Amino acid sequence: MDKRKIKFLAGSLVIVLAVAWLGFSSFDESVAYYKTVGELQAMGEEAYGRRIRVAGNVVPGSILKADQGVRFTLEQEGHSLNIRYVGKDLLPDTFKDDAEAMAEGKLMPGGEFQSTVVQAKCASKYEATYSQEALKQATSQNP
Amino acid sequence: MQVFLTDVGQFTMLLAFGLSCYALVASLLAGKFGHRRLAATGERAAVAVTALVTVAVMSLWYQLVTSNFQLQYVASSSNQAMPWYYKVGALWGGQEGSLLFWCWILTLFSMVTVLVHRKRNPVLMPWVVGVVAMVTTFFLLVNNFVANPFDAIGVSQGGAAPVPWAPPDGQGLNPLLQYWAMVIHPPILYVGYVGFTVPFAFAIAALITRELDEEWIRTTRRWMMVPWLFLGTGILLGAMWAYVVLGWGGYWGWDPVENASLMPWLTGTAFLHSVIMQERKGMMKVWNMVLILATFLLCILGTFLTRSGIVSSVHSFAQSPIGPFFSTFLILMTALSLYFLFTRMEELKSENRLDSVVSRESSFLFNNLVLLATTFAVLWGTIFPILSEWVTNEKRTVGAPFFNQVNIPIGLFLLFLTGVGPLLAWRKTSLRSLRKNFTIPLASGLGAGVLFVAFGMRHFYSTVCLILCVFVTVTILAEFHRGARARRRQGQAYWHSLWVLTFRNTRRHGGYIVHVAMVFLFVGFAGAGFDQEQQQAMVPGDKLEIGPYTLEMKEVESTDNPNYSSAMTRLQVWKEGQALSEIRPEQRLYKTSKQPTSEVALHRTLKEDLYVVFAGPDQDGSRYIIQAYIKPLVAWIWIGGAVFILGTVICLIPNQHERAAQKVPLKVEARSYAKV
Repeated sequence: MDKRKIKFLAGSLVIVLAVAWLGFSSFDESVAYYKTVGELQAMGEEAYGRRIRVAGNVVPGSILKADQGVRFTLEQEGHSLNIRYVGKDLLPDTFKDDAEAMAEGKLMPGGEFQSTVVQAKCASKYEATYSQEALKQATSQNP
Repeated sequence: MQVFLTDVGQFTMLLAFGLSCYALVASLLAGKFGHRRLAATGERAAVAVTALVTVAVMSLWYQLVTSNFQLQYVASSSNQAMPWYYKVGALWGGQEGSLLFWCWILTLFSMVTVLVHRKRNPVLMPWVVGVVAMVTTFFLLVNNFVANPFDAIGVSQGGAAPVPWAPPDGQGLNPLLQYWAMVIHPPILYVGYVGFTVPFAFAIAALITRELDEEWIRTTRRWMMVPWLFLGTGILLGAMWAYVVLGWGGYWGWDPVENASLMPWLTGTAFLHSVIMQERKGMMKVWNMVLILATFLLCILGTFLTRSGIVSSVHSFAQSPIGPFFSTFLILMTALSLYFLFTRMEELKSENRLDSVVSRESSFLFNNLVLLATTFAVLWGTIFPILSEWVTNEKRTVGAPFFNQVNIPIGLFLLFLTGVGPLLAWRKTSLRSLRKNFTIPLASGLGAGVLFVAFGMRHFYSTVCLILCVFVTVTILAEFHRGARARRRQGQAYWHSLWVLTFRNTRRHGGYIVHVAMVFLFVGFAGAGFDQEQQQAMVPGDKLEIGPYTLEMKEVESTDNPNYSSAMTRLQVWKEGQALSEIRPEQRLYKTSKQPTSEVALHRTLKEDLYVVFAGPDQDGSRYIIQAYIKPLVAWIWIGGAVFILGTVICLIPNQHERAAQKVPLKVEARSYAKV
């Protein structure tokens, strides 16, 4: 193999290794685990300190704007979780009672989930297909 | 009329599917056996498919505009109160309609390809038509049998056959999508996505026929540039939408759907650079082939990721049964690409080899490597949740910090190459020419850096980014200046010679202008390092201070119309004691969907945007919450977008001497006719 080729390979290798290093070094702190509310509560102390994403429906009437962030409760499959949102940005427009929301953050000792990112969507309102039950209901109301 | 046109739509869509199958089979057979007349029937079938799908689209548009809520699609993506332009836009506002729309653009591309290349590329054409027909057939299959926009809402009672039924009003287009850029963002993005089908078809055709000389790559280059332009524009319009509509002051969040559109754009960018190597030096042929194939496959992967609901995203298309169809199609297309690539590897050998590490060639090579590395990092981050679930059975995801940490340094390195690459000589660059070309740009960049730091700039990446921006701008200006000066010596005026220079070699100078656009974009990105924000609960008369600005709340008004009710506040903006303008952030409640949205108010300048959100009353209802941001340099992103379009359009204009050369044979022909 001649010298030029070695130089090129070296150059390419530097680029590839640099990118790989950038990826690996930021990876662990950026990873978040998807957990259901039930799973999270079953984890106990193991959950402390990990970045976790939970999803569920916002319990109607639970949204309270407190001095330190916004408190609300997420409900999923019969389990509920108290969350305190401490992020800087405003909560999204779609975040309201009954909305399907995702919160990312950490479980604090004491059972409160401290979240820095909240996303929400009105999943039930959009793209809802007219299921047969809904149709029967609708047609019986407006004959 | 509505019922009749629904039937017309159903029927034309089905007929289009049948004809598309014919175009596919006839073209492939014609290619295999070299049967000209069969090939011609395939081409005609492809054009007929375009006409049929056009009729289907028009029919669906009619249903949307006349609000025929008997159709599932119309009822779920529009309502009575929507203004007509959003009803038109509802064609691409939901799953089924957007797939039909996608298919329509594809058939339009297919028609243009047939009309332009039928005579010019007789050997490649049957295969090209065949491959495009394959993709069209797939989309028509999905549209007819899996996601049909003409499906009626049927009510079946007591096991009887379903009876058509229409709800009194539709559910309406998602209010977040009711914004002008959202009406044009999807079509422009789709033209980008879909357009990559044509270069892909040419690539496969060239591989199959082993006609891997210059012809196909020259044809393909233009066909890559057009969708690349549209995809880039579409991405930026999406960013603009996110910035103005979503109300968190950002334009990019590394959402899976955003990533899906970015990846093919990155590989397309890589191709547009390395294709120069193939044309000039006969090098990087395998590489170019891989880039074209990858670009198309990434488009299909993007569609699959976003439509199947397999990754969660703010772009919440409903979970739907089209996922498996797309994954099967993706696997088939990948297998097809890989098979032909590996069996034709011998013919794609490089004609030259690299001479020096410091040369134009190697800068292209490194640029490509870096672009691919970014693509790979983005791909990895995007599909990581899926891979993680497969391998460890634990669902994990990576967020924005990962993407930023990887892509910011890569982006800065790319920006650096943007400045360096064009100044390096082909083959080998001497130390003397390096010194001659780089002294002034480097000195300007470093000088600017000293100034930035002296004026208190501390954010590391932003400062490096702005230094590089100065460096790259100076290299590009120097390049234009050199050319213009050389011409001026021949007695032409300076500005005139700049103009002539640009249109003598549009590709080169258009390319430089796109590089300038990238500089503007990076200036805008660098601004993010200096964001400020401030939240305050206010009553009329209160003032909010942020940076050099003061916001004074004047009053809160509410209004009402059939589509939404709204609360709006008027805020007087002061800057250093001077009254500037009045801005009106608003909060709307859309009636059909009962969804609130924030209408952001902006005070834009080239230096910074003042970005204000009205978040409505606080907990006890006595005060109103105002969130204000200062977003430095954001305007440069949109300016960069405009320059990007300009530069790419210039690239697409044929060179002046090329146009002259095309005219010559015509004259010769005319003369020879005259002799006869």
